[in-house]
Amino acid sequence: MSLLRVENVTHYFGGLRAVHNYNLRVEPGQIRGLIGPNGAGKTTIFNLITGIYTPTEGEIWLEDSSIVGLRPYEIASSGLGRTFQNLRLWRHMTVLEHVKMAHYSKISYGLIGAFFGTPKRHREEAEIEEKANSLLELVEVRPLADQIVTNLPYGALRRVEMARALATEPKVLFLDEPTAGMNPEELTRMMDIIRRVHGELGLAIFLIEHRMKVVMDLCNTIQTLVFGEVIAEGTPEETQNNPRVIEAYLGEEVVT
Amino acid sequence: MGVRTGVRSGELSTGRNRLGQLLNRIWAPFSQVPLLGWLLGALIAVALEQLLGTYLARILGMIKIPALFGFAIVLKDLALIPSAILYVLLIYVLPVAVIARLSASLANRLAAKLLSFPMWVSVIVHLGLLYAVLGLWAGVSDYRTLVARLTLIGIMLTLSLNVVNGYMGEFSCSHPGFMALGAYGASVFTMVAFVDDRAFGPPLLPPALGPFMFPTALIVGGATAALGATLVAIPSFRTRGDYLAIISLAFTFIVKSFIENLEVVGGPRGLGSQPDWANLPTVFVWTVLCLWIINNFVRSTLGKALNAVRDEEMAANAMTVNTRRTKMIAFLFAAFWAGVAGGLFAHVLRYINPGTFGLQKLAEVLAMVYFGGLNSVAGPIVGAVSFNLLGEALRPLEVYKWIIIPLLLIVVMIFRPTGLIAFREFDVKNLLEPKQKPEEEVEHVAAAR
Ligand SMILES: Nc1ncnc2c1ncn2[C@@H]1O[C@H](COP(=O)(O)OP(=O)(O)OP(=O)(O)O)[C@@H](O)[C@H]1O
Ligand SMILES: [Mg+2]
Repeated sequence: MSLLRVENVTHYFGGLRAVHNYNLRVEPGQIRGLIGPNGAGKTTIFNLITGIYTPTEGEIWLEDSSIVGLRPYEIASSGLGRTFQNLRLWRHMTVLEHVKMAHYSKISYGLIGAFFGTPKRHREEAEIEEKANSLLELVEVRPLADQIVTNLPYGALRRVEMARALATEPKVLFLDEPTAGMNPEELTRMMDIIRRVHGELGLAIFLIEHRMKVVMDLCNTIQTLVFGEVIAEGTPEETQNNPRVIEAYLGEEVVT
Repeated sequence: MGVRTGVRSGELSTGRNRLGQLLNRIWAPFSQVPLLGWLLGALIAVALEQLLGTYLARILGMIKIPALFGFAIVLKDLALIPSAILYVLLIYVLPVAVIARLSASLANRLAAKLLSFPMWVSVIVHLGLLYAVLGLWAGVSDYRTLVARLTLIGIMLTLSLNVVNGYMGEFSCSHPGFMALGAYGASVFTMVAFVDDRAFGPPLLPPALGPFMFPTALIVGGATAALGATLVAIPSFRTRGDYLAIISLAFTFIVKSFIENLEVVGGPRGLGSQPDWANLPTVFVWTVLCLWIINNFVRSTLGKALNAVRDEEMAANAMTVNTRRTKMIAFLFAAFWAGVAGGLFAHVLRYINPGTFGLQKLAEVLAMVYFGGLNSVAGPIVGAVSFNLLGEALRPLEVYKWIIIPLLLIVVMIFRPTGLIAFREFDVKNLLEPKQKPEEEVEHVAAAR
């Protein structure tokens, strides 16, 4: 049984068909890639799976339960963590607070604990702080834990977002262009961190990328999306040599 | 031209620097005074006022002790400016400064000692001192007691509205409505149960029980307000969008006209003769309770979810935060405290009518929130205290008061758009800590070098 199954998902924005007949299977431990030109519908697919949009048609299963129609926080708590293409951090919070916040659904001290500062609350807050700190360690931002995120360099922000997504304890981690806007140095570091996260936490990763080098190096299987339709699916080599992909996507990149 | 302006702005900035240096130099001897020291100083000052205040006021040509630091007296008779200033200096500033400075090392040692026990010990000692200062100050006249109680109620209103307008970043206008629900809910409870009055007839329970049941009455008031809040919250938070401001404003008007048409509670004539149970200690204890619970909440991860919802709701949702539930809880929570404040308000004034809970009340609460500072606990205290004292002090100016206060608010908004003390955590331990290491230790370190 696949970890995540997406079957024949189609989505319209008004009259615009953004995604057409999309299928996906993610197996435990896989790293899958999704590439495609600007406006192809990649982010829309992420938003459909994570519940921000409800698909016009189609089914989505996480393990054996359907997640179509669930609210985003329910989908997140049941095991799909994500980052955003244009960072969506909380601008008045520290790095540590970000990662602690993503433990929200696991907090059990409740309102009584929140209002009266019970010992149980202090214990639980200390626990999630410890977990948060080890995630910050993992993505190499531990020294910045007490900084407000607006003070941080760009590369660190992307890693904070990743730590935050990991704190939801996902079975599948969705990364929307994790290396967008990075300089070569930050890029290598990010790729190392993705590999390390994958190795240490043993989760499946589904990532959108624009840079071929990143997808080719990291992914087991790659889907190529053009105008909301998957035109090719295969290993990095197959994708690289597929004439339709070259025509629709790689060619364009060579030109620009 | 350009050069000249350059020179001038240069002079200006050195002027400002010099002022800053001067302030720093004045402040330096006091930088090591812990909160405990200030409280001791204030205690001596207010005790001094009890003993010598009337005497000194007479010598300085005033009829009685100036009620609020001499503002009102000065506005009535400008010739008394020097007397008022002298009074404030001699009774408050000088004793506080001298005692705080002289007792600094003792106070530091004491503060350190207190913190070696569980924290609540130190908290109780500080609160006890604070209450002693407030009680002695307010004990001088009934007027002061009234102002003190209304100010404390103002703090509760401001703190609770700040949960919605500051921490959660929505704009709610329903606080007067919640206050009205709390005021009427608590009043009806106490009057039906414990008071023989024209509106509700003989009491149901022995009146001697009354004061012990007053907390229940306030909780009933708070719960009434929270119930009303669900009517606002359900339509406002179901969908995304900025409906809350409109719906909550409408709510305030609806509550007002609902009560105006409710003859059982006196309709537009209002409801009077509530029992006199909201004395200064009671209001003080409830204010402290409100502050403690709100501060606990906003510092917990559950409470910080409000900030997440405010700053980036989609991300909050994707990080497992149940955003709708978070908003509902915060809104009902804020309404509850506005209701409790309303219940206290009714039992302080012992007369309420629907007109009290209209636009002017709204303007006052909003002003206190935005003046004091968003997303902060210290901010609302500063906002409510300064707004209430200013409002009372400027009372002799009558209508002009309503020109000066908004102008002040605009000035604050220009220089500090989020308010005086915004986006700051209220860390109790930090507040109570000694401001200086014990002297021996400092010497040891120096000797070791
Ligand atoms: N909320 C929306 N409402 C209407 N149209 C939308 C919405 N979101 C996306 N679209 C449209 O759907 C199409 C796919 O957008 P999407 O953001 O998924 O592309 P993408 O593949 O992620 O592109 P990029 O590489 O630029 O991130 C685009 O034409 C976009 O304009
Ligand atoms: Mg995209």
